[in-house]
Amino acid sequence: MENRIRVLVAKPGLDGHDRGAKVIARALRDAGFEVIYTGLRQTPEQISEIALQEDVNVVALSLLSGAHNTLFPKVVALLRLKGLDDVLVIGGGVIPSEDIPFLKAQGMAEVFTSGTPTAQVIDFIKMHVKQPE
Amino acid sequence: MKLAENVLAGTRIAIARAITKIENEHEDAPELMRLLYPHTGKAQVIGITGPPGAGKSTLTDKLAKEFRRRGKTVGIIAVDPISPFSGGAILGDRIRMLDLTLDPGVFMRSMGTRGSLGGLSRATGNAVKILDAAGMDIIIVETVGVGQSEVDIVKAADTVVVVLVPGLGDDIQAIKAGILEIADVFNINKADHEGVERLNIEIAMMLDLNVEKPAWRPPVLRTVAAENAGISALADTIDKHMTYLRESGQLTARRTARARFEILELLQETVRQHILGLVQEEETFEHLVTQAAERKTDPYTVVQTLLAPILE
Repeated sequence: MENRIRVLVAKPGLDGHDRGAKVIARALRDAGFEVIYTGLRQTPEQISEIALQEDVNVVALSLLSGAHNTLFPKVVALLRLKGLDDVLVIGGGVIPSEDIPFLKAQGMAEVFTSGTPTAQVIDFIKMHVKQPE
Repeated sequence: MKLAENVLAGTRIAIARAITKIENEHEDAPELMRLLYPHTGKAQVIGITGPPGAGKSTLTDKLAKEFRRRGKTVGIIAVDPISPFSGGAILGDRIRMLDLTLDPGVFMRSMGTRGSLGGLSRATGNAVKILDAAGMDIIIVETVGVGQSEVDIVKAADTVVVVLVPGLGDDIQAIKAGILEIADVFNINKADHEGVERLNIEIAMMLDLNVEKPAWRPPVLRTVAAENAGISALADTIDKHMTYLRESGQLTARRTARARFEILELLQETVRQHILGLVQEEETFEHLVTQAAERKTDPYTVVQTLLAPILE
């Protein structure tokens, strides 16, 4: 059986807007990925532990509260601390473009701002995901 | 094998990677399961099934917490359907179990219903064994109770809890779908809704239709999982059923039946792949396909022709 790409779609922080996350989850499912969807308001600790238990290839973070500069790097750091070195971490939401270089320097593979076509996200994942041997 | 050792030591990342290997049918998977198998059979396995929307995830969450309060470690496998169109899935059971995430005594994994009928029950069965070998006391397998593969999955449990809710319309329909026979415990969830008494009577009547008088008659319990009501009694009943299995010798009978099922499944799959491999390598294969399509021969004759040299 082929290795299926597993993606955790998570919402760190306190904003209650999950429309974007749901749209992404749905688009990823239709692209043939297995999407673990966890609803609203998780801590970076919860997100990294779920990524570990579910052994996902990708963590997709959605955040609209403005706390991305704090929470995105925290998730990346916790994932690496748990030994999840190959997990691709991407982010999306209301993110000012001037913050993106900082986030990438912190280990985010890519950050998509609002209005990004879902096909672009899917292509990015397919191109950059690391599958175990 | 390092991975097997780490699973036996209960290392969480190893448990996660091991489950991925068996899901992907990785070439290391048979060796992994061979090494883990002698360390399995200790956990108490609970199957939870029922129609969509019955509250299985919430019930699983509350039940896991109840067993944690009783000092047990808990593994959870939540099986959700994949889309037959894209092959993708949204696995959303964790939404109801978020605060179990950081409990070091809980390990939860979501699985999509990939692969063939037999492949699916094999993958979940092996995932149960991995959690068992890793030292989980209780393992809960949760799945929608529709279709043969789901029935096969929960049949692998020591105790099967069928979750029903009042007011689904034709309540009996849910029971007719082949899950009445596998229930060890019936649990009416959302028991604060209207129609509980009627559903209770319907279940009792179905059970009364059984001409044999079984030694264990599935009790009918009630919960309101969202409010944590009735959960403790459900856990007690599950434990009582486990005691019954042990004392009556049924546990040995069930586990023998399960081993037989697993061996036959695996044998069937291995033989199937072996023979398909041999047959499709035959140069004549495509020719015979064309002949059959043109009505110069028929599928039965083709199969006999192909199998004859193999079965000699």
